[in-house]
Amino acid sequence: MSATGDFILKAERLTKRFGGFAAVSNVDLAVERGTIHALIGPNGAGKTTCFNLLTKFLQPSDGAIFFNGRDITRMPPADIARLGLVRSFQISAVFPRLSALENVRIALQRQRGDSFDFWRSEKALNRFDGKAMAGLDEVGLAEFAATPAGELSYGRKRALEIATTLALDPEMLLLDEPMAGMAQEDVSRISALIARIAENRTILMVEHNLSVVADLSDRITVLARGQVLAEGSYEVVSRDPRVVEAYIGVGHG
Amino acid sequence: MTVANTETHPVTLPADLRISTPRHHVVIFAGLLGLLLVAPFVLYPVFLMKVLCFALFASALNLLLGYGGLLSFGHAAFFGSASYVAAHAAKVWGLTPELAILLGTGAGAVLGLGIGALAIRRQGIYFAMVTLAFAQMVFFFALQVPFTGGEDGIQAVPRGKLFGLVDLSNDLTLYFVVLLIVFGGLLLIYRIVHSPFGQVLKAIRDNEPRSVSLGYKVNRYKLAVFVMSATLAGLAGATKAIVFQLASLTDVYWTMSGEVVLMTLIGGMGTIFGPLVGAAVIVTMQNYFAGFGAWVTILQGIVFVVTVLLFREGIIGVIARWTKKAL
Repeated sequence: MSATGDFILKAERLTKRFGGFAAVSNVDLAVERGTIHALIGPNGAGKTTCFNLLTKFLQPSDGAIFFNGRDITRMPPADIARLGLVRSFQISAVFPRLSALENVRIALQRQRGDSFDFWRSEKALNRFDGKAMAGLDEVGLAEFAATPAGELSYGRKRALEIATTLALDPEMLLLDEPMAGMAQEDVSRISALIARIAENRTILMVEHNLSVVADLSDRITVLARGQVLAEGSYEVVSRDPRVVEAYIGVGHG
Repeated sequence: MTVANTETHPVTLPADLRISTPRHHVVIFAGLLGLLLVAPFVLYPVFLMKVLCFALFASALNLLLGYGGLLSFGHAAFFGSASYVAAHAAKVWGLTPELAILLGTGAGAVLGLGIGALAIRRQGIYFAMVTLAFAQMVFFFALQVPFTGGEDGIQAVPRGKLFGLVDLSNDLTLYFVVLLIVFGGLLLIYRIVHSPFGQVLKAIRDNEPRSVSLGYKVNRYKLAVFVMSATLAGLAGATKAIVFQLASLTDVYWTMSGEVVLMTLIGGMGTIFGPLVGAAVIVTMQNYFAGFGAWVTILQGIVFVVTVLLFREGIIGVIARWTKKAL
C-alpha cells in the first residue's frame, strides 16, 4: 500500500445530531482506493451511525460525502448502490423466503435495469442462473442453491449475503460488522473471503473487535464518542494511549 | 477476483432449479377451470358468481399483502368505488356492461394511484392505518354525494347486452362472462407474481433495506403493486355490481375491507390458490348460514380463530407445507 492520495470515498466534517445529541460530529474520513479500511470503536462510538450516513440510510445533519469525487451527500441510497458503493448489514441480510439462488439472482437482475415488466415470465431471468450458481459456488453454497435462505445457518447466511453483494460487482464494499456473532471457524473463513474479494476493490468495514481487523486492514480509524480518536496502521493505533484508554480500557480486550 | 471470471469451472445447475411454470400449477388451473365450467349446472349460478367476484377481490388483496408484504385495511374503497362507477355508468349513462366494468376498474386504478402514493410513505401498522383512514373518507364521500343514492345505493342496475349483442339477463350466460373475467384476472395475478417484477416484489417483502442496498427504488415497486391490486379489486367490484345489479354502502364499508383480509388469511396469504379457497369458505358460510342471522359473524369469528390457532399459514398454506409444493 502506497500513499497515492487516490481516495475513493471521502467524508468531510460529517455530523449527525439526534435532537440535541450529536451521535457523530465533525468526522473526516478518507478511504484510499484498493485498500481495506476499518472503522472501529467501543459500543456507542458512532460506528454504525457513521456507516449509515456514508451509505445514506441516514441523512447527515452537516458535512459532505464524496464517492469517486462526486458529491453524494443528498443522493438517495438506491442511487448510491447503482454508483458501485454497496453495503452489507449487521444482521444477516438475506431474502428469507427466496432460495439461495434467487437471492444472488436478485442482485444480478439489476443488470436489466428496473424490472417493472410484470407481463413477462420469470423465465427471462434464467440467463442469470449460471452466474448466480458460480457466485454461490465461490462462497461454498452451491449445494444449497434450492434451499430457502431463511433455513440456512447463520454463517451460511452471511456467506450468501456476501455472494449477493459480489454479484453486483461493486467498486467499493461497506461491511457492517461482518464477523459479529460468528463462531471461530466461520470468522477465519469469512476473513479469508474478505481478503480475497479485496484484491480488486476497496472495502470499508465497521468492526467492534480490534483483533479481527488486525491482520485484515491496511488502515484503521478509531472512533470514540462520535469523533475520530486516532488513525493509522494497526501497529500505530494499537499503541496509541488514547485508544488503549478509550477502547481497551473499557473492558474489550 | 470477480464472480464473472470464476466461470472457468462451470457449475452445473440442477434441472429442478430452472424456472418454469410448475406442472402442478398448470394441472390445478386446468382442473379449476374444468370444475367451474361444470359448476353452474349443479350449483346456483348467482352464488357461484359471488364466489368468483370475491375470489378475484381476495386474490387482488393477496397480491399486495402476500407478495408485496403490504397490509391494506382499505381495499373496500377500490372495490366499492368501482362498483358505484360501474353501476352508474350502466344505469344512468346506459353504457354496455363491458364498458361499465372497464370504467369501474379504471376508477379503482385512479383511486389506487392517489391513495397508494400517500400510503406507501408509511410502513407496517401505519400503512394499514393510512389505508383505513382513506377508505373511511371514501365511505363518507359515498354516503354524502347524490349519485351513489346514499343509504339506498344504486339499485336495479341493468345487466345489459355484452358488446350490445349478448343478453346478460340470463344467469347462465352472465356466469360464463364472469368466469372469463375472473379467470383472466387470476391468470394475470399469477403472471405478475411470477415475473421479473414479481421477483423484485418478493425481495422487497422479505427485506426492504437490503433491496434498497442492491439499488432497487422500492417505493416505485410498492406503488406499482398497490395500483395493480387496487385495479384488480376494482375489476372485482365492478363485475359484482353488474352481477347483483346493485352498488351499495356495504361495498365501501370498512367491514368489507376486513372481510377480504379474512378470506386471504383463512385461505393462505402468499399462496396463489389460498384466496380462492378463503373466498369460497366465507361466501358459502354467509349464504348457507344466512338463516342464523347475526350468528354468521360469530361463526366467521370462530372459523378465523380456529384457522389462526391450528393453521397459521391458512388452509392452502398448510397443504403447501405438507406437500412441499408451492401452491
